[in-house]
Amino acid sequence: MKLQMASRLGLYAVLELARDPARRLSAADLASRFGVSTNHLAKVLRELGRAGLVTAERGATGGYRFVGNARRTTLMDVLSLFEEEPGARAADPGDATDIGLALGRVLTEIDEIAEATLRSITLETLLRLVPKRPAGAR
Amino acid sequence: MDNNRSPLGPSVLRLREAEPADLAAVVDLDRRLTGTVKTAYWQTTLERHAGGPPEHCFLVAGDADASFVGFAIGEVRAWEFGSPPVGWVFAIQVDPDRRLVGAGTALFEGLCARFRAAGVDRVRTMVDRKDHLILSFFRSQGMMAGPSIELEMTLDAAIDGGAR
Repeated sequence: MKLQMASRLGLYAVLELARDPARRLSAADLASRFGVSTNHLAKVLRELGRAGLVTAERGATGGYRFVGNARRTTLMDVLSLFEEEPGARAADPGDATDIGLALGRVLTEIDEIAEATLRSITLETLLRLVPKRPAGAR
Repeated sequence: MDNNRSPLGPSVLRLREAEPADLAAVVDLDRRLTGTVKTAYWQTTLERHAGGPPEHCFLVAGDADASFVGFAIGEVRAWEFGSPPVGWVFAIQVDPDRRLVGAGTALFEGLCARFRAAGVDRVRTMVDRKDHLILSFFRSQGMMAGPSIELEMTLDAAIDGGAR
């Protein structure tokens, strides 16, 4: 499964911030971690902010901080901010033909499995899969 | 570690083996969750798993206020398509009014402890892919997709499409 760049950055950013909700990270700091431009990441962070998952705080010690509920927010909740959910695509030419309908059953099966996976993994569950950082690591 | 104790402590939540006297509570909880009364099914299941061989396990969770807040059933099976023996979880239900205090986790961990004691190193279950609540629960316990994909069809489809 290939995610759009904004979705990947959204997931990276929200997970990086959610692993330590007390920590603030600047857009530049996050961008350097992921090897992307600050400008590109800033758009993603604004979207996460509008969704109530992160907040930006100004000042010398400011930066972005996770303010969502990691136990209740799923990977799908984040992905759906940036791209269509599986199965939400518009009708394509040929969909209503007999072959299109048969093919549609297979594609629906794939979408439902992807949706089941993405809707059942919360940020907290995913962070449990991330190896623990050594003490003092940023 | 005492696997009969929940993360919240023994005075809050305890696990025990199911008893025949639990039948009414099991039937009632299942009725509340599924809308269906299946007394005969649960009676047979209790008889098969409660107090049975170590490969079968029927656990009940209770807390300080109630002796019954949920249950879980599992068994060690070795017959699935040549797979080595694994522990199967085939039922886990918790009173909706007593969720989010660790009963489901305690029941799951209790089953896993029984499976380890029975000599298996893997636990498996099967869940409706549209039931995101129970999927999330098993995911939160660390479960991932296994190597098998469940396939099925209606028997009408077998008749229509079988001779190709």
